[in-house]
Order: sequence, then structure tokens, then C-alpha cells
Amino acid sequence: MKFTLSWLKTHLDTDADLATILKTLNAIGLEVEGVENPAERLAGFKIARVLTADKHPQADKLQVLTVDHGDGEPLQVVCGAPNARAGLIGVFGLEGAVVPSNGMVLKKTAIRGVESNGMMCSTRELELGDDHDGIIELAPDAPVGRVYADWAGLDDPVIDVSVTPNRQDCMGVRGIARDLAAAGLGRLNAIIVPTIEGAGPGPDVRTDDPDGCPAFYARTVRGVTNGASPDWMARRLKAIGQKPISALVDITNYIMIDLGRPLHVYDMATLKGGLVARKGRSGEQVLALNGKTYTVDESMTVIADDEAVHDIGGIMGGEHSGAQDDTSDVLIECAYFTPERIAVTGQKLALTSDARGRFERGVDPAFLDDGLSIATSLVVTLCGGTPSEATRAGAPPLALRTIAYTPDQCLALAGVDVPADEQKRILESLGFSVSGDADSVEYQDGMPVSVPGHWTVTVPSWRRDVDGWPDLVEEVVRIVGLDHVPSTPLPRTPGVARPTATPEQLVERRVRRTAAARGLAEAINWSFLSEKEAAAVGGGDWTLANPISEDLKVMRPSLLPGLLSATKRNVDRGAASVRLFELGRRYFKQGERATVGFVLAGEKVARGWQSGKAQPFDAFDAKAEVIALLAAAGAPVANLQGFGEASAAYHPGQSGTLRLGPKMMLAEYGVLHPSLARQFGLSGAVVAGEIFLDAIPPKRKSGALRAPYAPPALQAVKRDFAFLVPADVEADALVRAVRGADKKAIVDARLFDVFVGPGVEDGQKSLAIEVTLQPGDKSFSQEELEAISASVVKAAGKLGATLRG
Amino acid sequence: MTEISALKTGLIADIAAADTLDALEALRVGALGKSGVVTGLLKTLGPMSPEERLEKGPPIQDLRESVTAALAERKAQLEQAALDAKLASERVDMTLPADIGPQGSVHPVSQVMDELAEIFADLGFSVATGPEIEDDWHNFTALNIPETHPARAMHDTFYFPDEEGQKKMLLRTHTSPVQIRTMMNQPPPIRIIAPGRVYRSDSDATHTPMFHQIEGLVIDRGITLGHLKWTLETFLKAFFEREDIVLRLRPSYFPFTEPSVEVDVGYTLVNGQRIIGGDGDAADGGWLEVLGSGMVNRRVIEACGLDPDEWQGFAFGTGVDRLAMLKYGMNDLRAFFDGDLRWLKHYGFSALDVPTLSGGVGA
Repeated sequence: MKFTLSWLKTHLDTDADLATILKTLNAIGLEVEGVENPAERLAGFKIARVLTADKHPQADKLQVLTVDHGDGEPLQVVCGAPNARAGLIGVFGLEGAVVPSNGMVLKKTAIRGVESNGMMCSTRELELGDDHDGIIELAPDAPVGRVYADWAGLDDPVIDVSVTPNRQDCMGVRGIARDLAAAGLGRLNAIIVPTIEGAGPGPDVRTDDPDGCPAFYARTVRGVTNGASPDWMARRLKAIGQKPISALVDITNYIMIDLGRPLHVYDMATLKGGLVARKGRSGEQVLALNGKTYTVDESMTVIADDEAVHDIGGIMGGEHSGAQDDTSDVLIECAYFTPERIAVTGQKLALTSDARGRFERGVDPAFLDDGLSIATSLVVTLCGGTPSEATRAGAPPLALRTIAYTPDQCLALAGVDVPADEQKRILESLGFSVSGDADSVEYQDGMPVSVPGHWTVTVPSWRRDVDGWPDLVEEVVRIVGLDHVPSTPLPRTPGVARPTATPEQLVERRVRRTAAARGLAEAINWSFLSEKEAAAVGGGDWTLANPISEDLKVMRPSLLPGLLSATKRNVDRGAASVRLFELGRRYFKQGERATVGFVLAGEKVARGWQSGKAQPFDAFDAKAEVIALLAAAGAPVANLQGFGEASAAYHPGQSGTLRLGPKMMLAEYGVLHPSLARQFGLSGAVVAGEIFLDAIPPKRKSGALRAPYAPPALQAVKRDFAFLVPADVEADALVRAVRGADKKAIVDARLFDVFVGPGVEDGQKSLAIEVTLQPGDKSFSQEELEAISASVVKAAGKLGATLRG
Repeated sequence: MTEISALKTGLIADIAAADTLDALEALRVGALGKSGVVTGLLKTLGPMSPEERLEKGPPIQDLRESVTAALAERKAQLEQAALDAKLASERVDMTLPADIGPQGSVHPVSQVMDELAEIFADLGFSVATGPEIEDDWHNFTALNIPETHPARAMHDTFYFPDEEGQKKMLLRTHTSPVQIRTMMNQPPPIRIIAPGRVYRSDSDATHTPMFHQIEGLVIDRGITLGHLKWTLETFLKAFFEREDIVLRLRPSYFPFTEPSVEVDVGYTLVNGQRIIGGDGDAADGGWLEVLGSGMVNRRVIEACGLDPDEWQGFAFGTGVDRLAMLKYGMNDLRAFFDGDLRWLKHYGFSALDVPTLSGGVGA
């Protein structure tokens, strides 16, 4: 919402300077988004008279002028404008002035060999209009030598405030003035509502849609002469960025911005019969003032005559029935549209307008008559003509609300103690009326006792947003100033602050920092993917109805696509090695699953003077990350079982899953399937994995106490076994069998060599396992060691393994 | 006796002159070996009478001890020299590079969330979470934002297609629905923060369709705007780790709070960069909006099944990405979601930069 300082002062009688006004606007909840004084941009441009104009000796289209700018000797100026001539009074930029349209600093120069000092300007150069056919021509009585901006009334700061959706009253300059007056910045001037002596009956208007348009007031003015608006009006509208069109149109705009009251003016010559506010009919179309055609339906309110729709009620008028230059008879509409209806219609049509912004918030329902009178009076004053009586179809919702309020409620909710009489003053200055006593005296057993009473506060018609006592507290506090609210410490539980993190949060923190410590960089990728990306990892359950783009459409069922896209971007930037992880959710019909994903691509080890050639990642690098991160997450890593291949995203022969039982999958990992890698534009070995944090069984809380433990007195013994096994036996099965061969003595079994080749039959492989034996009270005897070895060999034998000779 | 004395002098000189361990060993064998000269002399002591041994023994014993000591000393010298020579031959160029392994990093958003959790833990706030795919009741209706309210248009909401007989589903536009879920699921008093991803259909240098918010909620008896003010001041001072934080509170409007307050923090322009701290009204200062807040609207408390005459409190919400940008000086939000390793290395945090109150939350 923009307005100028002088405009504000038509409503507010104040001595406050601009800085104070801006500060107060912010303090009372009208956030200042910007302030600009056009005069500052026009410093150095003065009113000047062309004394002589002669042809330029070297150029046909140029003239050499002498210009009197009111100070010292006339200056010689070279000018290309066709309208430059002796006697013209225009706007002259002196040496040093900055031309607003192009930022050029004017200086003494020679044009085609002739000295030129400064510039005579067009409106476009000064950004005062679009005209560039010639230089500005001012009225003959314009005072030569005066700063142009001062004379033209441009020394008037434009203030832009952001009005929150609840403050319909501040969608007009007057409402803002009222707030400032309440905050102690002067006095709100009385509003003058003229009395209209109508000649003849009011126009034929009615409302057939009392829900959408409960009240439709109108007058006609016959015999008007449309034309340009007066300077004062055009200047204010221009200053806030509204293009003046014609007096009839400008009047409605002006009143809307001045008083927050949207109006519409129809050219009666374009109307067939009376006007009715009714529901739209399916398929009806209207060409709106913005040049676009809208199709309305039964949920919308329109203004129509006997033949056509002329107005999307409360949002935008029609192109064909608006006031034109030759309009002679007008109908002025001043209606009340239901805010909810306007909101729905505006959203459906995706159509915003200044009128919608006001009706949607709710205009003052008690201001229809006054608004219509003010508009009619302005039309008659500026355009002449004869007004009719008013027609008042329907009735606006005028019921006033009252709120029971005690001044103590301010302290209770806002924590600031404002004296009751100050609260009363504030409320009244905002237009509320206050009755009743804050404290009343009652007689109990004949004795006077002061009991807390309450006020009855009547809400002004223009404050639809206020409907409960907290609203009144808000009004009082914002006018008193939030800086008067004392900072009050929250009560603190005695002692050291207690831990507050949830188990899930602790797991996420540990996993995140473990991954970072292991050399992976944390990325945050979009939660949404393209349909194609989602399909590549099994498809998503949730597809947006209104995505911002096709690339961000499906809620991700996997973290891999986001990571792979990020990997590709890094590779394209020249990264030789990519280690990325993300901790986030995957989205399914059944819920959102906390997940860690990672991608390792490119070089695992760069070429080096020690390590030789660069080494790529392989599937076991992915496995190592998965296990390390699972351990960090508190998963029972020792109990995890490896199950065959992972999902279709992975290489079928170089991937795996880790589970606690067949159905509880905690992670999958492996070499990325080459076709998926290709889809993301990646080549070479790319390995990846995902850990499903929500599948990890929560750790049981056991307190700080650890299980008792004393390191064994005797040293552990190590024995190596090499087995020949059928090639399809999984190493993990053999290791488990060996470890389980003697649960008491064997504390660890670790595979340390795999061999296929000379000495090993085809279809077989050699697996070497180091077994750790822990003696108890006394050392193992030779017989005991032999017995353990025998049980190891026997257990391995069940898998078809034979001890290698 | 001069014979023995001469022998001693000769042997010791020979030992001192031995320049290899082998030569020294030959000398040892020649003197102390089975048929060594010293061994021979020692053997002469056996057949002597006690008187004679008393007279001739000490010089011979002295000879043996002196030669033994000289051998040991020379051996140690030669071994040291050999070791020195070996070490000298093993010298490498220690300016060659060593591979310290890959360096990972924690994303600034995660770091800031941990910082916030740490600060608010000290104030007694625990962490709550909720779904990102929400229904419109939790995201709007329960928060006093009815269907036609202009505030719904203010949020550029991502919706999912309507399904027959199902609630209207959307991507949460703010973390405020977690307020609702918390109030419905746990009895007051309540002090929570709720961090997480939120979504709005918006995209430019300062807006991305996905970003991060953190919500705070306090519900208790007798909580006022004064407590809100203190909490925000305390938290922002702790977060920015500066004492010169100046806040500007402006009345505002959110459907779910009343009164509503927007909070700006003052900054100072230093070499063209906005540095948080100082009075925003100063000549080289300005204000940046950092959060929205207010006293929880009675309707919201009621919608959650609590009695607003008994329980009241405040809520606030702020952008985590924005806080990170203001504190650490990034100026393009889009880079947060690009996964550029160079950016992550520069703006990311080491795994061990765990924010703690004792170490300073800024790690």
C-alpha cells in the first residue's frame, strides 16, 4: 500500500517529521517496505526559458539554444528536440545533475563542435512519463529558476507499507492516519461527507445474490464531461504508480486508495436495462479491464445487465462498460461483497486486483452511503452533470460486535501493565467505544467492595478482524509499543538442563557425524524428483497436483536419485572423487521413513607417489560405509545377515542387503546398476547404499552401568584354517559355521584370504580363516586344541568344505 | 708386573683402535676367549698358593676387568656409529605429501539445527517432529486459517490430488502443524522446538521450493508476551554469539497467534557485508526480518482440546537456512541444495564441531 506524505497529511494533522512517522508505522504494525522522494532524483533540474534557438552549423537536426535558468549568464545548450524554440519554458538539467532514466551525469561538452552546457529534458528522461517526442513544455507562468520538483509538487516522499491481511481499514490512507493519530502522532481530521441533492429516482439496480453481494448501492450522474483529472489527483496517483486515465476512472481509484472503498463506474450507454448482482452462470464470459477473458461459474458473483456480464463482482470491471472519454451518463456502483466469496472467486480465476485485495479483507459495511456520496460529489465537481437519488438494494451486514474486556487482560496476556485510562484512550482513538467501569463497587452485607468489573467494547464497523478480547490486548499493546513489554525470563527448572534429544535425533546426529568423519560430505537434496527419476527407483507414492516444475514432482521413494544428480553436477565441475551422503526422509503411503543414503563415485584413492595409479571404489567400500553407519546408529551389527542382491537400482551380482531376519531389511548397498548410472549421466564405478534408520530396533535403555567385565588373565590363541569349498558357498556362511563350532572357546573367526587358481580345482575356492580361541582359567591342552580343530573342520564340512592339505 | 701392565696398555690401545665389530670380536677372542691371553693368565691363578695368589691375583683380575670394560665401551661406540650410518642412509624427503584421507563435512543447515537444539535444551525445550506430507486440517484449519482466508493464498501451497473420502493432503507450508500435533498428544506444560523441511511453491535467489524451519512452542499457565520477548532475545543472542544483538519487535498478523509479533534483528554494514549486531537504526545499519511469533491464538488452543482459560503460551517460527546465511555469511539460498562439494567443503562443518554450550554453540 503506497501513499505520499502530503496525501497522509490530508487526513492527519501532524507536526511529526518523516523519520518519526516511519518509525511509528513500523512500531504499530504497518511495516515500511520502502520510502522514496522523487525530488531527490530530480535535484539539479530547474525551470528554464529558451531565449534563442538557432540552427546548429554542423547538423540539420540540432539547434543551438541559449537558456536562461534564472542564475547568472544564459547558457549555450545544443538540443535535438523538434519542439525546442525561443520562448519555450521547460526543465533544464544543470552541469552535475544525474538524468534519472539513464544515470548519466551532465557535464560541459561539445556536440558536433559546439559547446553545450547541460540539457533540456523530455518527460521520459526524467521518468515522469513516456513522452520522448520533444522536451517538456511548461505553462508560460512557470517560475524560471525554481527547482522543478519543488514547483511541480514532487517533493513528496512516497511511503510503501505492507498491510497484513487482517487490517482492511489500512487499505486506505485514512485508516493509516487513524492508527498514527492513536499512536500520538497528531489528530485525525474529520471526514467531510457532502450531501447530494439527487434529481430524479435512483438507477435500476438490485441484488439477486444476497450471500455474495448483500448490498448494491448506486447513483447515476447524467451529462458529465470526462477529461483529464485535476493536477492534484493525477500527481498523487502517479506518485504511487497508478497511471491517470480519465477523471471518471481516476476518481474511483483515488477513493479506493484514499478511503479503502472500491467503486465502479459504468457508462450507461453500454448497459441494456438495469444492473443486477447475481450468481454467474456456467460458461458466461466477461472481457475484463486487464484485456483477458474470464469464464465465470455459479460460485461467483457477477454484475450483469439484461444481456451480458459487465463486472466480476468486487474484483474487476468489464472492458466494454467502463467510462470512456465520450461517456456522458454514468452509473456509480458502491456495493458490499462477501469477503469469503471474493477470496474463492479470486483464487479460482487466479485474478488479483486492488479491489479484490480490499473486498477480500472486508470493506467497511457502514461506509456505503458515505462512499457513494463522496464519489458522486467528486464526479459532479470534476465532470459536471446531474446526480440522481441513491438506490439502496439489499443491506450490508451492519450488526456491531461487542466484547467484554477487563483492562487486567492486557497484563495477563501481554505481560505489560497499561493503566486502564490509557487503554481506554487508545481503544477510543482507534474508533472503539468503551462503556462500563473497569472496577465496580458492589455491596456485600451492606459493605462496599471493589470487584473487578468489565468494559463493554464496541468494535468499529471497519474492524472486521477484531472479535475477541485478545484482539483488544493486541490493539493496546501495538499502540503502546512492544518495546514497553518487559522481557520476562521463562521459569527455569532448578539444576543442570536435562537432556531433551529424542532417540531418533540422537541416532541421526551420530550417523551424520560418523559419515562426515569417514570422509563423506553431507548434501541436502530436494524431497521431490521428476517422474522419470522416481520410476528408475521403483516409482513414488505421492505425486504433486501442482508441482513447481516437472523436475520436482514426485515425493522421493529413494535418496539415490538426488545424490546421483548431485554427483553428476560435481563430476561436470571436474570433481575426480565424489563422496556424498544425505540424511532425510523417503515418502510412502504408509508414512515417511528416515533414511541415510550415500554415493561414492570416481576415485577412491587419487594417484599418488606411494599408492601408484588411482583406485576406483568397489562394492566393498559401500559395504564398509553401510556397516560403519549402522554401527553408529546402534544397530546390532554382529547379528546382521547378508542376503543376496539388493533392489534393481544395483548391479545384480555386486550388491547386497543387511537384515535382521528375512523381512527386516536395515540396509542395501552395492555397485550401482550401469543402466541407472547411465540414466544420470555417470560412467565408471559408482557405488551407493541406503540405510533405513527406522528399521533399526531401538536400543533398550540400560542406564549408565555396564555389564561387569575383567579382561581374561590368559592370552588368546590364534589358529589358521584353509578350506576348499564349492565356489557357490558364501564366505559368510563358512565363517559363521566356524565361529559356531565351539561357542565357548571360539571368540572370533575372521576370513583373511580367498584364492582361486593353480592348486584349487575348478568349481572350488580356497578360504582361509583365522580363529581366535580364548582360554578360561587355564591354558588349552594339546588335546583340547585338537578337539576344537576337529569341531571346526566338522562344522565346515557340513557346508562341503574340506581342510586344505 | 710390568709385563701385565704392558699387556693391558697394549690390549686397550688395540680395542680403542678396532674400527669394525668383527675386528673387535677378534680382539675379544684373542684376550678373553678360551685360549685368549688374559684367559691364560687367569688360568695361572689356579695352581698358586694362597699367598702367591694374594700377591699376583689382583693385577690379573684388574687386567680382565679393564679389558672387558674397554670391549663393551668400544662395542657400544661402534654399534652407535653403525646405527647412525644406517639412519643416515634411510633419510627420505619429509616434504613429500602424506594422504590424510578424505575430509567429510556436516551441512550448515544440520549444524545450525544442532546449535538451536543445544540452545533450546538449556531453556528446557525438547525436540518434536511431524510429517512433511500433512493434511489441510493440521496445516491450516486447526491453525485458524479457514479455507477462504487470504493467508491461505499467502502460502503457495503444494497440494496432492484429491482422493475420494480422504483428507486433503499437502506438503506442509510451515512447521506449525507440529504445534497442533504436540498439543493434541501431550498434556501441558509444553516446551518444544520442531525443526524440519517445509515447502512453498516459490523460487528465486532467496526462495526455494523446499527450505527448513524451526518452530517453538510454550504452553503453560501464566505465560505472556514478556516471556516470548525474553526467549527470543536470549536465543538470538546465544545463537549469534554476540552481546550487541538489537531486536526490533513489530506487531504483525498470523492467524494462529494473537497478538502477533515479527522480529527484526539489527545489522551493521561492514565493507558492504551485513554483519548481525548493532542498532539497525544507526547510520550504517539496517534491519533484517528473522522470525514470526506471537501468543498462541485461543482458537488454536481450543482446536487442540485444551482450555484456553487455563493454558496460554507463545509460538515462534524461523527459517533455519536464513539463520545459517545470516550467521555464516552465505548469500545464495539455492546453493544450500546443490550438493556442490566445493561449497560443502567451504561452508560445511567438521564432524567434531559438535555444538555445545561449554564450547560455544558456534563450534
